[in-house]
Amino acid sequence: MQAFFQEAVIPHFNFWIYVVIMMIGLWSVIAKNNLVKKLIGLSIFQTAILLLYVSLGVKEDATIPVVESGVLAAYKETSATTDKKAAPAIHPDRYANPTPHVLMLTAIVVGVATLGVALALTQMIYKDFGTLEEDEVLQKIKALHEDV
Amino acid sequence: MSEHLPALVLLAPLFGTLVIGLFGLRDHRVCLPVTLSCLAVSLFSAIGLILRVSSGGPVDYFMGGWEEPLGIGIQLRADAINSPLLVVIAIVALLAAVFTIRPAGERDSEKTPYFYILFLLLSVGLFGITITADAFNVFVLIEVTALSSYGLVAIGSSKRCKVAAFHYLIMGTVGASFYLLGVGYLYLKLGSLNMQDIHTILASNENLADSRAIRTAFVFILVGIWTKMAFFPLHGWLPNAYSYSPSGSAAILAPLVTKVSVYVMVRMMVSVFGLDQLEANVEWGHFVVWLAVIAIVAGSMMALAQREIKKMLCCLIIAEVGYMVGGAWLGDPQRWGMTGTLYHILADALMTSCLFLAAGVFAKWLGAVKLEDLSGLFRKMPLAATGFVIGGLAIIGVPPTCGFYSKFYLIRGGIESGQWIYVAALIGSSLVNAVLFFRLFEIAYFGKNPVASHAHGHGHGDDGHDHHETPVVRREPPLHALLPVLVAAALLILLGIFNGPVVEFIRTGLIETATVVSTGR
Repeated sequence: MQAFFQEAVIPHFNFWIYVVIMMIGLWSVIAKNNLVKKLIGLSIFQTAILLLYVSLGVKEDATIPVVESGVLAAYKETSATTDKKAAPAIHPDRYANPTPHVLMLTAIVVGVATLGVALALTQMIYKDFGTLEEDEVLQKIKALHEDV
Repeated sequence: MSEHLPALVLLAPLFGTLVIGLFGLRDHRVCLPVTLSCLAVSLFSAIGLILRVSSGGPVDYFMGGWEEPLGIGIQLRADAINSPLLVVIAIVALLAAVFTIRPAGERDSEKTPYFYILFLLLSVGLFGITITADAFNVFVLIEVTALSSYGLVAIGSSKRCKVAAFHYLIMGTVGASFYLLGVGYLYLKLGSLNMQDIHTILASNENLADSRAIRTAFVFILVGIWTKMAFFPLHGWLPNAYSYSPSGSAAILAPLVTKVSVYVMVRMMVSVFGLDQLEANVEWGHFVVWLAVIAIVAGSMMALAQREIKKMLCCLIIAEVGYMVGGAWLGDPQRWGMTGTLYHILADALMTSCLFLAAGVFAKWLGAVKLEDLSGLFRKMPLAATGFVIGGLAIIGVPPTCGFYSKFYLIRGGIESGQWIYVAALIGSSLVNAVLFFRLFEIAYFGKNPVASHAHGHGHGDDGHDHHETPVVRREPPLHALLPVLVAAALLILLGIFNGPVVEFIRTGLIETATVVSTGR
């Protein structure tokens, strides 16, 4: 147990936290009866994934990912002649990786849009059924079906 | 011009949404011509792409000219696997758009421009998923597709469609998040999001392909995509979402969304993870074929139990998804399973389109929702009914239609791989389909109750006697609704007759992709 903590939990404690957050979100999507609570769970679930991505870009002692002038031209020159992956002019260790953060900006926008659509839907459901509890909504739908 | 075809396919409808957003809100008459012309541009670009692919191999396109070295370029790639699908998406979207034309007298609602905006955005998403060569882009476009589908489902006037859309949203978002998580693992391990790059790195390092992170990534991606395609245990959202949405929405959602998700799975297997890698490292491939068998059986059984036309068709989609997943997991691209799956994606998109268009016609002009409501259909709408019959025959798998050939290739793949249970499930499901549709045809031919159209209340047979001598007024639906059904039916037969060249095209492209990529480009 001690070894497990030393090797798997402590060096990667952030990932463990994300897993816990994610499962809290997923649990409330599945188990909660109130539609808005479900949506809160869904947001928590998505946020955990965003956190995972964001932590991918972090490097120790790295600076902001802006390449100094002149370096890029040198990089292009060398990469045209030699192997792409072995281009020496840029040292990736010195820069934090910006790609995951940029990707997550997109994912955050997607998440906000989803939440917006979902809240609009809950509003319409509330107008139609007068409740946000899922079991009551389903019951009313059943009654609706039997009338027809 | 022709080198920009890959971008044009998805930019045309995107541009259309902007035009409708700018002008359509004020003048609703703008919406439909814009929609139709944008989709027509997409269709022609897609056909142009097929011609280019067939003459010169895969077509690569880098958005904005940002090419590979920095790894931030967005690559589009059209090859033999996805270019036929692009054409089919464009055709089905066009048919659905023609179907939504309103008859001259009918009042249009304030929702009209929003419907067409969502409709075009959905097409953008579908084209994009199909043509992109970037794993993260697939996520974004899946969400574009999904968000517009939620809107299209909820845009109806019934109370039930909102609840259906909500459930669809929950399932869809969880599925897409799983996909995103899987891509995250890939990026964590490989540092690339470009599909070809990922594959090259995986193929060059055997330990990597076998590593736990990559396996986890694959499983997450698979589960996410399965949720999106309504693969059996994850199918819960589908029947309500598609049967309570308005007919115009269902005519584009039902044929395309699940099929494009199946395509994503195939793409992930063939050109991201690589079939030979999967065969070496994934021990549970047989288990997936079993799952597919369960999906086929369950879908067919549920279809038998349904009393409503659209619900029945939805259950058939679940069974069809089982066919395709099973076919894709039969292994080895040299065998026929994967080819059959890709051909079936095209065939099934057209079949489902034909049936849902016909069901939309019956719902709108006959008020037919339940199976019994179709009685006397052949006397009322002989032409529309013919289209429906051809669609039904294609689902059953009767020879001149494409349904027969796709099942033939799938069964051939099953036999080659020795998956007899899959073969049995396919044949059994065809029999169930035959029972389902012949029951419908019987009602439609011999049903003796012309008053079934009571929902419209035009009242033939007010005299209280429903003898079949009662003169039944022949009321074909208007041309714009009839035409899509008939065109879809004709395409089913054409795709069946010309299955040879289509399959040959897909198969050579598939084998090329699977072998070229695995030797490292």
